[in-house]
Amino acid sequence: MLRTRPWVPYLYVTPALALLALVFAYPVVRVVDFSTRLIRGASGPYVGSLNYQLVWEDPTFRDALKHSALLLLAVPVLTALAIFFAVLLYEGVRGWRVYRSVLFLPYILAVPIVGIVASYIFQLNGALNSMLRAVHLDGLALDWLGSERLSLLTVGIVIVWREVGFGILLFLARLLTMDGEQLEAARIDGAGWWSQLRYVIIPELKGTIEFYVVVASITMLAWVFAYVYTITAGGPGTSSTVLELYIYNQGLRNSLPGMASAVAVVLLGATLVSITLLMLVRARAQRQELA
Amino acid sequence: MRSRANIGRFARQATLLAMAVLTLYPVWFMVSTAFKSQDQYLGSPYGLPWPLSFSNFGDAVHGGTFLTWFKNSAILTLGSVVLSTAAAALAAFSIARMRWLGRDVFFAVSTALMVVPPVVMLMPLFILFTNMNLVSTYQGVILIYAGLTLPFSMYMLTNFFRSIPNELFESAVTDGARNIAILLRIVLPLSAPAIVTLVVVNGLWVWNELLIALVFLPSDDLKTLTVGVTVFQNKYNLNVPVTMAGMLLASLPMFVVYLVGQRFFVRGLTAGAVKG
Repeated sequence: MLRTRPWVPYLYVTPALALLALVFAYPVVRVVDFSTRLIRGASGPYVGSLNYQLVWEDPTFRDALKHSALLLLAVPVLTALAIFFAVLLYEGVRGWRVYRSVLFLPYILAVPIVGIVASYIFQLNGALNSMLRAVHLDGLALDWLGSERLSLLTVGIVIVWREVGFGILLFLARLLTMDGEQLEAARIDGAGWWSQLRYVIIPELKGTIEFYVVVASITMLAWVFAYVYTITAGGPGTSSTVLELYIYNQGLRNSLPGMASAVAVVLLGATLVSITLLMLVRARAQRQELA
Repeated sequence: MRSRANIGRFARQATLLAMAVLTLYPVWFMVSTAFKSQDQYLGSPYGLPWPLSFSNFGDAVHGGTFLTWFKNSAILTLGSVVLSTAAAALAAFSIARMRWLGRDVFFAVSTALMVVPPVVMLMPLFILFTNMNLVSTYQGVILIYAGLTLPFSMYMLTNFFRSIPNELFESAVTDGARNIAILLRIVLPLSAPAIVTLVVVNGLWVWNELLIALVFLPSDDLKTLTVGVTVFQNKYNLNVPVTMAGMLLASLPMFVVYLVGQRFFVRGLTAGAVKG
């Protein structure tokens, strides 16, 4: 440790502290305050839980909540796919470095560009359906974007398509630091691919899996705005509206910042609960390791 | 036994190849459609772009203001990455190398902020910035992006600064170097790989961000590339080849950065997530 006059360390953190206060601390305090007020301009009269009641009674909010919850179903899909492909790459398939670069490529593309390109591929007469018809699978050439039943699924497919690369990279990086001896021992004992995965690799990846599940869940709940905005804009109707889009529409389109803030508070709560769970799980794991 | 191993190898290659095709298809769709005429596209949305048609790029450049959008994205990315890295370097130096009350709590809280989604802060920031006349300004959005990327920057740099051997500091202290000189002359040069990683990861995030740019930069001459492409798509909605040419132009910078800086992505995105 460097020896300094007592106020010097604080001087060094001041710019960071000021930025964090402006972008995180102040808005988080204000959003809680806003959610209890009828906002006109910069503030407004206190209305207690009225905004929360209005939000709860709004059928569009219920749809958005349901859809955000449904998108969480993509988390196990993402996790399973990411582990599966990370393991395939780890096994040293010929050309694995090239595959790694290819599978990670979608993750560097801007989400709006991905969303726009996908919105043409999935059109009723777009590339996907034309290909399906060409191979006489007309039954599968569905109205991916225009049908209320399918629009959210289509958004989910595009999200998985772009996000899975990060998961693969993450699990692969963890596998590459793994001690290979156990796996070698299992192999010599004649363990098949599945039992190696089940009894050696998965337990080894446990910490990374917990981390990834939490990060992916938070992504699904609170970082999918750009996908929805560019692929379906929440439609048709409200069939693919999610919480973020609801906040954006209520707050900025319909000028109801109080209701938007109430939903933001709920979303913040969900995020904090997930991250606390992760920390508790990690703390327990550390205690077990020490014991 | 031998043949079973071969089957395994074949199955793995086939699975990965299929996944690679699925992964690359949308990129191929974008590239190939950009080189088709409107008739070719309507005739077959998935067919090969032959004969090649180059007119879409001219139409896209004339129809959108790509250069303005590009310039705006570049200014915001550069400004916020520089600000975020500078603030993070100062703070990380203090956290990693000095002793002070509240240090560990501050670091823990700032690390936890990494997961707080921007949409939560959207309304209060928008109302605050409206009152401060910071909406539709570069400075305002640079502050937001720098703040949003700061927790990750601080986390990376603090961990990196902690890993620098003590002896390097001790010799500098005996030479009577001031703290700021130690940071600038010893710590930062040693941290070049971590800083490059930060610049790439944060730069990519800012470059690709949509929500903040959409809300805080509504005027046409300040739109970023990511917002611009949505405007562009609305305008050329029915002309898919021109739209795809626009998307291709807009994604070229990212392809270049990826080709040049891939290892920094791998390192940066997996930092902190991988134990041990």
